[in-house]
Amino acid sequence: MAYSNKVVEHAENPRNVGTLDKDDPTVGTGLVGAPACGDVMRLQIKVTDAGVIEDARFKTFGCGSAIASSSLATEWLKGRSLDDAEKIRNTDIVEELSLPPVKIHCSVLAEDAIKAAIEDFRRKQRARRGEAG
Amino acid sequence: MALKLPIYMDYHATTPVDPRVLDAMLPYFTEHFGNAASRSHRFGWEAEEAVAVGRERIARLVNAEKPEEIVFTSGASESNNLALKGVAEFYRDKGRHIVTTRVEHKAVLDSCKRLEKQGFEVTYLEVRKDGRVDPDAVKAALRPDTVLVSVMLANNEIGAIMPIGDIGRLCKERGVLFHVDAVQGIGKTEFDVREMGVDLASITAHKIYGPKGVGALYVRRSKPRVRLAGQIDGGGHERGMRSGTLNVPAIVGFGKACELLTEGWRDEARRLAGLRDRLWARFQAELDEVYLNGPPCGPLRLPNNLNVSFAFVEGEGLMMAIKDVAVSSGSACTSASLEPSYVLRAVGVDEELAHTSIRFGLGRFNTDEEVAFVADLVIGKVKRLRELSPLYEMAREGIDLKSIQWAAH
Repeated sequence: MAYSNKVVEHAENPRNVGTLDKDDPTVGTGLVGAPACGDVMRLQIKVTDAGVIEDARFKTFGCGSAIASSSLATEWLKGRSLDDAEKIRNTDIVEELSLPPVKIHCSVLAEDAIKAAIEDFRRKQRARRGEAG
Repeated sequence: MALKLPIYMDYHATTPVDPRVLDAMLPYFTEHFGNAASRSHRFGWEAEEAVAVGRERIARLVNAEKPEEIVFTSGASESNNLALKGVAEFYRDKGRHIVTTRVEHKAVLDSCKRLEKQGFEVTYLEVRKDGRVDPDAVKAALRPDTVLVSVMLANNEIGAIMPIGDIGRLCKERGVLFHVDAVQGIGKTEFDVREMGVDLASITAHKIYGPKGVGALYVRRSKPRVRLAGQIDGGGHERGMRSGTLNVPAIVGFGKACELLTEGWRDEARRLAGLRDRLWARFQAELDEVYLNGPPCGPLRLPNNLNVSFAFVEGEGLMMAIKDVAVSSGSACTSASLEPSYVLRAVGVDEELAHTSIRFGLGRFNTDEEVAFVADLVIGKVKRLRELSPLYEMAREGIDLKSIQWAAH
């Protein structure tokens, strides 16, 4: 299957590869997918007190489209508020990367990773507030 | 000499036509274009003569007793279909049981599936961890109503060479016909239909440096004389077993390709094993967590085959990273079905590792320099992609990946 130029570009020069401290209360981590299915994405966000994503990092085990989808997701996340971040849909990723039907699951996984990272961050915040209160 | 990119290392899929083969073919497109079935003029006689030479050369490569035992087809898928369906139909009053293995090519497995719908029973034998079927398992599967055993000479994914001679002997003892899909093994490992007790054998030109679109089915004519119900009706060509005007230029090329192998396959196999062994040695020396799928590199494995799992790096992702090298992967992502390789599953490779497998298929035109280039490239990209892999990071932190509750998707 031929890849779109954007997929190739992201896969060859992935943005924001890396690891944030998962124990940091301002970091949310989403780990989705399964090795047996051939895709695992770990997406992390670091959020300011004002609720803005100041950093986003990923590592992905998967095909070029999976790597590109998560790389693109981190680019889009940086500078967004959590509420805006939640509005990212897999179809936006499909469109931006021109993913073929057989690769749509990669974009779904990226959306799931975003949601999981936000959820993890919020859970931590709630726990902290609980402790404080 | 500067390397020319991309580098082809997918010779199990197909091969380029050898220039000597092409030279032999060319006059038969334009000058000697006759129909081999035209008996009334010189154009036809020339074509008939060219087909006879081709048939003879193919027969010699498999050590058939007579050239007439070679039946031309459009390729190995057709040969496999003809062998299974043709034998099943002809002998259906004698018995309706067929024995094969789980790791056969789809042309065999899907022919069996169709026969099952028509009232045949098929036993699909498991293979051992090295990909080879145990002859005792074949023996145990035989029944009084078994009419055919079909086992491949060598597996296209993991290169396992099957114990064809042993299976042939026990089929003879029991009077059961024995078909061999010899596509991948021919010209790379020993194959002799008489020595090995083979009654039918499928081969194809495009895997042995001949053209695409022509194949053959060896059909034994004595001890026993094998009968087949033709699957294509028409002019009664190929003694009624396969109607259709013969593809004369392709048959000429097929014959030439076989002649080249009869002369030189042993030397070629030795050279390819050397290249393959060097590639594998580099991976083992310079990468951790690499696993060989299939039998050890040695007499039980095709000399040109290397199937490796690079743990924590998904196969299609790696193929994209090494896009200057043409290889293939057992990863689900490379097929439209999203099913990981059934062959890797059959030899007990777990799904995680199946997704990280790459098949290297070396061939006649690969060089030492290409092998060195591919080794450097693959090793570099595996390291880079592992830096990108959350699984590699977790494994290095000592997390047991199997202990995690992954959500299947």
